Amino acid sequence: MDKKTDQQLFEQYKQKLKRERKIVFTWQFMILIVFFATWELCSRLRWIDPLIFSSPSRIFVHLKNKIVDGSLMIHTQVTLFETVLGFIIGTLLGIIIAVTLWSSTRFAKIMDPYLVILNAMPKVALGPIIIVAIGPGYLSIITMGAIISIIITTLVVYSAFREVDPNYIKVLQSFGASRWQLFKEAIFPASLPAMISTLKVNVGLSWVGVIVGEFLVSKEGLGYLIVYGFQVFDFTLVMSSLILIAIFAAIMYKVVEKVEGWLIKHTG
Amino acid sequence: MSFLSLENISHYYFSKKDFTKALDNISFSIKEGEFVSLVGPSGCGKSTILSIVAGIIQQTSGNVLLNKKPLKRSELAIGYMLQQDYLFPWKTILDNVLLGPKIHNNKSEEVKNKATELLYEVGLANVADAYPNALSGGMRQRVALVRTLITDPKVLLLDEPFSALDYQTKLKLEDLVYQILKTYHKSAILVTHDIGEAIAMSDRIYVMDANPGTIAKTFEVPIEIRNEMPFTSRRHPKYQNLFDKVWEELNQNDTATPI
Repeated sequence: MDKKTDQQLFEQYKQKLKRERKIVFTWQFMILIVFFATWELCSRLRWIDPLIFSSPSRIFVHLKNKIVDGSLMIHTQVTLFETVLGFIIGTLLGIIIAVTLWSSTRFAKIMDPYLVILNAMPKVALGPIIIVAIGPGYLSIITMGAIISIIITTLVVYSAFREVDPNYIKVLQSFGASRWQLFKEAIFPASLPAMISTLKVNVGLSWVGVIVGEFLVSKEGLGYLIVYGFQVFDFTLVMSSLILIAIFAAIMYKVVEKVEGWLIKHTG
Repeated sequence: MSFLSLENISHYYFSKKDFTKALDNISFSIKEGEFVSLVGPSGCGKSTILSIVAGIIQQTSGNVLLNKKPLKRSELAIGYMLQQDYLFPWKTILDNVLLGPKIHNNKSEEVKNKATELLYEVGLANVADAYPNALSGGMRQRVALVRTLITDPKVLLLDEPFSALDYQTKLKLEDLVYQILKTYHKSAILVTHDIGEAIAMSDRIYVMDANPGTIAKTFEVPIEIRNEMPFTSRRHPKYQNLFDKVWEELNQNDTATPI
């Protein structure tokens, strides 16, 4: 008898969780619907200028046409390619620089003021120089996507390296471990959570770098579509690109979140 | 014959503004299989002595000799056990135990078997594949003991290894460590705040003074107590007598904190 009521209480609890989830989802969905419905309505009734703010239906039609003729795929692919590559290169280089800083305390001290300056400097301001130096094309845009996250990754990861509990080092030193062994056995695995959390930040940063890069110079990509739409005053095009960016940035973020979960599970 | 000896060890800690003399002319020696304790107020340099013997910090002056030869870090003669277990949370128990051998590129079957054997000996036969966070404090400290023993050190340095445990676990672990050290005939230096623990476990007790750290007095533990296990030696009639003497010596030195 007693056991049964325990089970019932548990069921009750599960029901409650389920209901809560449903309510949250319903609200989320409603906000989305209301937002697009209001946008559409305002545009149709000309409360807002449809030439500037377009409307969901126009964007939908536009996206459909562009998907059918294949041109949208190309632009999206280009931007995604640049962003993913910029993200990976930026993160990896940041971590590698952090490792070199850790490997020599003197080097870290020497580099300190330069890192501070580089970190404080808005990296997109380097855009024109990068484009002139590397040439207009994928390469400079990928560089933009990477450079924006390198320094911050370096700083975050390097400080994580230094915050590892010195007693782990002491244990290893009592076994006579070399500096490389200290790094491999304690510093790196202990800092993995910090490294993983930089991934999420870097996803957002890489999008900024790539879109700005495409603004400055490019013949393809979603950033290019935004600038092009702006120049020819086709705001349906601008809005479509924005929506695509939002969708893909969110997807990439979710993917990184999954990778993060997997890494945490498999490393500790 | 002395096995491990410290000769006129002095050590300074430097900072930008200041320097402190942590150790002043410390000399003592232990024989093979002997167990000595260092007791004294906080900041008297007990742990610094251990770090110097372990080769983690380099003394400002003086020598550490093992079998009359200067101690080299690569010799691996030293096992170090800290106040907390510091097991690596991302490694399994077995991998934690095999950390020392891994550092020396010695992951043979033989070492693995030895690890399993030692784990069995400390009563942890079934946790080899578990992760440290699944174990209680006492179990973790036992794993740390096995991790220290696996490289077969000649001298064990115990830096308050029981102080973070609850009282019951602490007493049990004292007996276990004592027994294992006697079985394998290891020498050990124990740093502790607990006078009772020092008397129950060691052959000799060095009471230290702070600012700078010096050895104030040496107490030989009576042979009757030495032969008992730590737990039962606390009941020995001579135990209380020695406890009072050490207590008095510590209080004499301790002028800084009147209660």
